[in-house]
Amino acid sequence: MSDPKLKVRVATCSLAGCFGCHMSFLDIDERLLGLLELIEFDRTPLTDIKHCGPCDVGIVEGGVCNAENVHVLKEFRKNCKVLVAIGACAITGGIPAMRNNIDLWDCFQEVYQYEGGLEGHQVPNDPELPLPFDKVHPINEVVKVDYFLPGCPPSGDAIWRFLTDLLNGREPKLDYEMLHYD
Amino acid sequence: MGAPMSKTITIDGKSIPFKDGQTIMDAAMAADVYIPHLCHNPEFKPHGSCKLCTVKVNGRNVASCTMPAVEGQQVLSDTLELNDERLSLTQMLFVEGNHICPSCEKSGNCQLQAVAYYLGMMSPHYNHFYPQREVDASHPDMLLDRNRCIYCELCVRASRDVDGKSVFGLSGRGIGSTLVVNSTSGLLGDTNLAATDKAAQVCPTGALLKKRQGFTVPIGQRIFDHRTIKDVQLGEEHE
Ligand code: SF4
Ligand code: SF4
Ligand code: FES
Repeated sequence: MSDPKLKVRVATCSLAGCFGCHMSFLDIDERLLGLLELIEFDRTPLTDIKHCGPCDVGIVEGGVCNAENVHVLKEFRKNCKVLVAIGACAITGGIPAMRNNIDLWDCFQEVYQYEGGLEGHQVPNDPELPLPFDKVHPINEVVKVDYFLPGCPPSGDAIWRFLTDLLNGREPKLDYEMLHYD
Repeated sequence: MGAPMSKTITIDGKSIPFKDGQTIMDAAMAADVYIPHLCHNPEFKPHGSCKLCTVKVNGRNVASCTMPAVEGQQVLSDTLELNDERLSLTQMLFVEGNHICPSCEKSGNCQLQAVAYYLGMMSPHYNHFYPQREVDASHPDMLLDRNRCIYCELCVRASRDVDGKSVFGLSGRGIGSTLVVNSTSGLLGDTNLAATDKAAQVCPTGALLKKRQGFTVPIGQRIFDHRTIKDVQLGEEHE
């Protein structure tokens, strides 16, 4: 099963998230070694591959808060047979969506101009920076999502259960205690 | 013949006794049959607004918390179809408010969330409204965060019928509904609500919270973290 061509190709990314779901993914600990017998990583923050190629499974952490998030998300949807939303932010907008009821400019001023200890007191305005949206959205409001794995973050055990179900061709099913939104 | 036979209805094929005046929900709870519900609390007069408790009686959908039990009713409750509808209603409640569970003090103790867990809700499915709603922190002991209000009117009923204060009311209709506070300023701090009032204890969600209690019980050790709402509520029924 070590022939890379026979392995399930998996890509992951973090959009408007905190990388907590990726950290939780690493929390499956030594089971990761067994998993690597079955899967091959494409683009992930772990491999540092910058663009997603054709994959079997794409796992997306974080919601959509700017134009770059949309590009990455669409690239994932185009390349991944199965797309999974992992974590509260990808599924509901999560903590970043707490800014949805605050005017974006007020928000920027609060963070970059009024907050103490900042140099320059300017709202960053570099052409390299992606265009921010006035609201943060869950990813299923932009592309079709096949599976949702909630939690902030989901536990390593929940992620393990989800992936092993999926890789074994079963419909993923969490135990009661593995399903939580916090 | 001995004592008169007690009257019965049938829920999911099981024979359930009832007394006159009981609703289908009352009879079900007394017989250890769980019907999902949110706006119903056995301590108060039924309100019948969330429709989560919808069952099929002789082929028609009715709210079991308001429907009187009548001899011979054939009730269906725990079916795939009804649970699917309950799931959709729950998902709508999530997207029409602002429910950011990771930042909510009620998480783990919240009945809206617990019902969603019970129904296996993996996502809110519908597009989020992200409505603009007011937070009222003016009261020294209570916080009113309307982002999480599901308009169940439990605080309204408790304040009016138990505390005799009528601090809360619902205003507007449909998606324009808001929970209003009965003071000239409209602020909770200008009412005579006390943290010991019944109204301060009944909110099923994190909309009406006691201040300074936030995380005294840590996440992971809360009511619904390990037990389903079905087990918890049937357990309470027999206390
Ligand atoms: S009220 Fe309940 S469902 Fe809403 S954010 Fe709080 S814990 Fe989540
Ligand atoms: S504040 Fe709580 S108890 Fe009152 S109507 Fe809203 S959800 Fe119900
Ligand atoms: S519990 Fe019956 S309508 Fe809400």
